[in-house]
Amino acid sequence: METIENKKIVVPGEVLATGMDFLPSSGTYRDKDKIVSIYVGLTNVSGRVIRVIPLRGRYMPKRDDTIVGKIMDMTFSNWFIDMGCANMGVLSVREISEFVERGADLAEYFSHGDYVVCKISKVTRSSVDLSMRGPGLRKLGPGKLVQVDSSKVPRVIGKQGSMISMIKDKTACRIVVGQNGTVWIQGAPEDEMVAAEAIYKINQESHREGLTEEIAALLEKKASKNKPLTREDEEPIMERGRNETE
Amino acid sequence: MKRNDGRAPEELRKMEAKTGIIKRADGSAMFRIGETIAYAAVYGPRELHPKFMQNPEKGLLRCNYNMMAFSGSGDRVRPSANRRSREISMVIEKALEPVLDLTAYPNAVIDIFIELVQTDAGTRCAGICAAAMALADAGIPMKDLVSALSVGYLRNEIVVDINGEEDMNEGATDIAFACLPITGEISLLQVDGEIKKDVLLKALEKAKEAAKKIAEVQRKALKERYHDKHDA
Amino acid sequence: MTSMMHDHITALLQKEMREDGRKPLEYRKPIKVEYDISPKSAEGSARVTMGDTIVVAGVKLEVGTPFPDSQDEGNLMVNVELTPLSNPDYELGPPSVVAIEYARVVDRALREGHALDTKKLCIKEGEKVWTVIVDLYPINDAGNLFDAFSLAALAALKNANFPTFDKKTEKIDYKKKTKTPLPLDKSPLEVTVIKINGTLMVDPTIEEWKSVDARLTVGVLENGVICAMQKGGPKALTMEDISKMVDIAVEHTAKLRKLL
Repeated sequence: METIENKKIVVPGEVLATGMDFLPSSGTYRDKDKIVSIYVGLTNVSGRVIRVIPLRGRYMPKRDDTIVGKIMDMTFSNWFIDMGCANMGVLSVREISEFVERGADLAEYFSHGDYVVCKISKVTRSSVDLSMRGPGLRKLGPGKLVQVDSSKVPRVIGKQGSMISMIKDKTACRIVVGQNGTVWIQGAPEDEMVAAEAIYKINQESHREGLTEEIAALLEKKASKNKPLTREDEEPIMERGRNETE
Repeated sequence: MKRNDGRAPEELRKMEAKTGIIKRADGSAMFRIGETIAYAAVYGPRELHPKFMQNPEKGLLRCNYNMMAFSGSGDRVRPSANRRSREISMVIEKALEPVLDLTAYPNAVIDIFIELVQTDAGTRCAGICAAAMALADAGIPMKDLVSALSVGYLRNEIVVDINGEEDMNEGATDIAFACLPITGEISLLQVDGEIKKDVLLKALEKAKEAAKKIAEVQRKALKERYHDKHDA
Repeated sequence: MTSMMHDHITALLQKEMREDGRKPLEYRKPIKVEYDISPKSAEGSARVTMGDTIVVAGVKLEVGTPFPDSQDEGNLMVNVELTPLSNPDYELGPPSVVAIEYARVVDRALREGHALDTKKLCIKEGEKVWTVIVDLYPINDAGNLFDAFSLAALAALKNANFPTFDKKTEKIDYKKKTKTPLPLDKSPLEVTVIKINGTLMVDPTIEEWKSVDARLTVGVLENGVICAMQKGGPKALTMEDISKMVDIAVEHTAKLRKLL
């Protein structure tokens, strides 16, 4: 059986393997005896299974993901939220924690340009339903926004949230990481910059060895010595599931 | 026989390609062949407006080809879409669509914007090369890349990648060609001028061979965006 | 406007800070001018980079008849197309009022600052004159197009040479560029100073631009004399504001001019 290099950069149309020894998985397809990539991405071979993990691309919504989105539009009963994917998310008045009276002006709750943290409650072929019922789901106050590739979110969060906890602790910032790659940061302005720099660095260099140590060094050097927020200061948001597995 | 710029009949002009040149876009690329320079940006898949155009079965691939006003070889090109640019935009869409699965994007659109900064023949083909790279750069799943070039038949000879001066030749036949480099399937074919069938088929074979060289340049540029970081 | 980004920007400004770490009166980096980006087709061309913002400019020359009130003078035309390639919010179609304002403001400084000696653009009085057309396009719009366009337009004019004009056939041979540059007399440049929540600043990002209370674009000549202005934005300016904004523009146009 031929060997296939792991973590190799490939492009659409590139033949990854010939013959029937390997099985095509996500990011690939079989064309007769060939397995071909559909992405600019990194190969991921486990046993006989070949995948290609895309390096860039829009967020693909998944149920139970927590996302950070922007209010784009509203009707008498729904808000429409841009979360960087092909279709707008829909947040119904019934799905927020407050009681909204019939006929109320929805803009009094969330208006155009506001950023919110929501959970995806349902995904169909052409619609994404959102919910704001749950711990930490809310409208976000003034803060800095950073956009990372959604495929890099597990790296930003780290194993069991280790990376993001380190950034929060060292910079004393509140941080919300949406699975869609939108990250909201709130703290002292200097610290917001440092947290953003760290997150950008993870986004850019996610596949490098020793990144955690480098981020730790960066934070040590640049973050001000503000006291880390205590758990009480912080509203809990579960950076649930899909943690880093590598 | 040597060509006016000294190239052999099957020799392409010098090529240059780069991705990620437009940060605001989901994907972007520059492709240069000879003196023809094309920029392409991809936005999407994003929600399609106006809403009545949305199709729950299939997303829309929408392309806009434009020559910058100063990019022509003679007079200033008047801005705004004309018949030529609208037709070219349409054939570029059709040249790229075979590598995409648009049914994955209900109610959505993938927009491709192509701007020519300088032109010396082969502009729609350079546009297709840039656009294919921009789509891949945007992380959109693609069966293959698309590589395009023009082939000419002039003075009883097949020449690949004709330049502006060759294109102006009396009696020159110009073939705009695009294919999927792996399978060789053809996704753009436009013929301007007289040509016999057996010559045409020969010309297409040569175009297919030349397209492989273009595909190499495209692949290299797509990887280069990530290479620096890997080696570091 | 009370959007989250606006609140964030104004909160930072209270500490004299901006979202990307700059001081209010600091331009983004890198900032550079490149020439000859379309040497085969344009008579002159340039690309300007200001941080993430990239714009290109090209100059074409045509021969036409003079206007009735200026029989011995050539003409200048500035055109801006807000390409949807450069910004997800731009749409195809005829130029929006936003694009028209950009073009007219850049045009005003070049025209009223007498960048070109239009008398030297006359081929035959009352009959034939050169028309100089500057076309401007954003490639990546990350804010401050006014200043980027102004700089790119002047750079492309500086870069331009006349094509050959055959007086007998009255035809232009664009393939044969002469060694004669355009009669560039003066170098008017524009800097836009914006005001957000009382703070004056230059080189706004897209988000800052959306939060502008008032803006003033000032065209300045080499000797510090003002040659054009355009006030914009929803709020009014005081005399004091204007005085400060002009000083800022004079200082920064001088800096930007050194890039040419």
